[in-house]
Amino acid sequence: MDTTEPIAHFLGFTALLRRAGFAVAPEQTMAWLAAIELLGPQEVGDIRRAAYATLAPQPERFAEFDALFDAHFLGATAAAVETQPSEEAPLKAADESAIGPEPIFGDEARESGAKATTAERLSVRRFEPGDEDATLHRFARALPARLPRRRGYRWRAARGGSGADARRMFRDAMRNAGEFIRMRRRRRSLRQRRLVLLIDVSGSMKERTRAHLAFAHALTRAADSVEVFTIGTRLTRITRALRLKNRDQALATAALIVADWDGGTRIGEALDAFLAIPRFSALARGAAVVVLSDGLERGDPTAMADAVARFSRLAWKTVWLTPLAADPGFAPRTAGLVAARPFLDELGDGGSLERICDHVLDLARERAA
Amino acid sequence: MAVRRSIVGIGSPRELEEALRAAYYLADEKVSTAAYLALALGKPLLLEGAPGVGKTEAAKAIAGVLGRTLLRLQCYEGIDAAAALYEWNFPRQMLALRQQSEGGGTIDIYRDEFLIERPMLACLRRPTETVLLIDEIDRSDHEFEAFLLEFLSDFQISIPERGAIRAYERPVVILTSNRTRELHEALRRRCVYHWIDYPTPEREMRIITMRASGVSERAARAVVSAVGRLRREPLAKHPGIAEAVEWAEAATLLNEQGARWPEAFRRSLGVVLKDEDDLIQIAPKIDAILAEAGA
Repeated sequence: MDTTEPIAHFLGFTALLRRAGFAVAPEQTMAWLAAIELLGPQEVGDIRRAAYATLAPQPERFAEFDALFDAHFLGATAAAVETQPSEEAPLKAADESAIGPEPIFGDEARESGAKATTAERLSVRRFEPGDEDATLHRFARALPARLPRRRGYRWRAARGGSGADARRMFRDAMRNAGEFIRMRRRRRSLRQRRLVLLIDVSGSMKERTRAHLAFAHALTRAADSVEVFTIGTRLTRITRALRLKNRDQALATAALIVADWDGGTRIGEALDAFLAIPRFSALARGAAVVVLSDGLERGDPTAMADAVARFSRLAWKTVWLTPLAADPGFAPRTAGLVAARPFLDELGDGGSLERICDHVLDLARERAA
Repeated sequence: MAVRRSIVGIGSPRELEEALRAAYYLADEKVSTAAYLALALGKPLLLEGAPGVGKTEAAKAIAGVLGRTLLRLQCYEGIDAAAALYEWNFPRQMLALRQQSEGGGTIDIYRDEFLIERPMLACLRRPTETVLLIDEIDRSDHEFEAFLLEFLSDFQISIPERGAIRAYERPVVILTSNRTRELHEALRRRCVYHWIDYPTPEREMRIITMRASGVSERAARAVVSAVGRLRREPLAKHPGIAEAVEWAEAATLLNEQGARWPEAFRRSLGVVLKDEDDLIQIAPKIDAILAEAGA
């Protein structure tokens, strides 16, 4: 019997999964084939259950996985497989290595900040020096001591540490003919948690993007581990630009990289794009994620809530700072923010630079329930 | 890949399902398939699901079916190798050294008697007698997860003073996660994975009648329906299977002492909802829920 053909058919399914964005490792494919052989298989259900157990799709994607399975093995129509068609162009993620397209125009009549627009308007921007220097300077001074920390895995010798450093004491004892002379102590080392800052650069936030970037620059310079992204109609990583020491230079470089200043807002899609790129989503793991955005979402609000939910599972703490919360009677009203609220550790006031600085300095406070 | 078609006479998912039922665990086809594959392929079994769907119970039942001791390693933030693997018994080592310096002679202070075995080492040393349960892995730190990765792929650990210790047979390892955070892809990849959902009403009904003693069918049916309804409410903590079983038992007890039916359920609500906010939120709706459930 020729065995290559059924195997090719099974391998076709894993290839299909990979094309659909499922992460399938070769060892998982091997385990699946071994499982199929083991089960007999008596019916297609066996193959499906083996696929679930060994290929481990994420629970959110079970329906998609089933549809792909049906399409491949049962020949169901592929129509159900396709994700909902979007009338908008797929969201692009940009890294610094690929500088955006040519700037189209520098100045144009900008819309009022209250409305999120769908048009992806590419523009370039020059930043004027601001007057928030003093605030940022104070912030940068205070930050290193107040950033959230996590316990490292390794132990360090330390006076007044919590545990006895028995290994070190034995070493000492061997030098002293078996006498234990001094009590040695050790403690876990502490490390700063990574901060991931997501800055909304859509039209509705345009009054504030300059200040936000200046803040991001101060943050990048002062903390050990920071990642900064802008979200708008696309996702752009600007961490490297902000590492430049001179602020004007750093902001100018960032301005060149980001191609979607003052465009529309597709926060959900931008967050999804962030999570879909393993290189990026790994940055959010165990980190403090701070989103500076008004949450005026032009796209699908459920997509935004789903993305925030995934963020909250990945990150140590997810904080959303919106300028709308400067109003004391603030309650989230936009559909996206209402849906995302349960997954946020904090929904706070991002109305002024001082408030944002305060929130970040307070990240290490008792973790919100 | 080393494949064992049959372990202690269990040669198919169906046989495992039956054996688990004998151990008072009602598995559906998916759980038994995943568990059987994990045993046969010699891979760890990763069970994910909401709290209270019976992940830990499944591990206990599997250990029972295999006739092995369950070694449970409860994860927490800050867990490290000393709690999971081994520790040297320093006080005893010190004492031994003292004795030796007084009495003369030499002593090896890295002998077995000075080694405190923790679950993972115990499992490596006795792979055919034990099942290792690494419970609530999502509570541990990322470093510990990375450390587990190494353990789970080679089933080998090294003790600097003693050298590497390797399991002579692939041990049975079960991991559970409440999914409060996403696990590393690399960890999921190494395991056979199963997402345990809340059971279907019929299955939960059977679980209650099997687990709870003296609960009438009518009470069990009402509990299943009401609990199913509660799980759709936006609560901080949704009732798990254990809560459903306890509710049925508690209400039956109150009923035997003279409380009438819907009243018995209402008074024992604290068994199902253990959060003040949840109780407040459900209070106005509970009568309707119970009426609908036919209590």
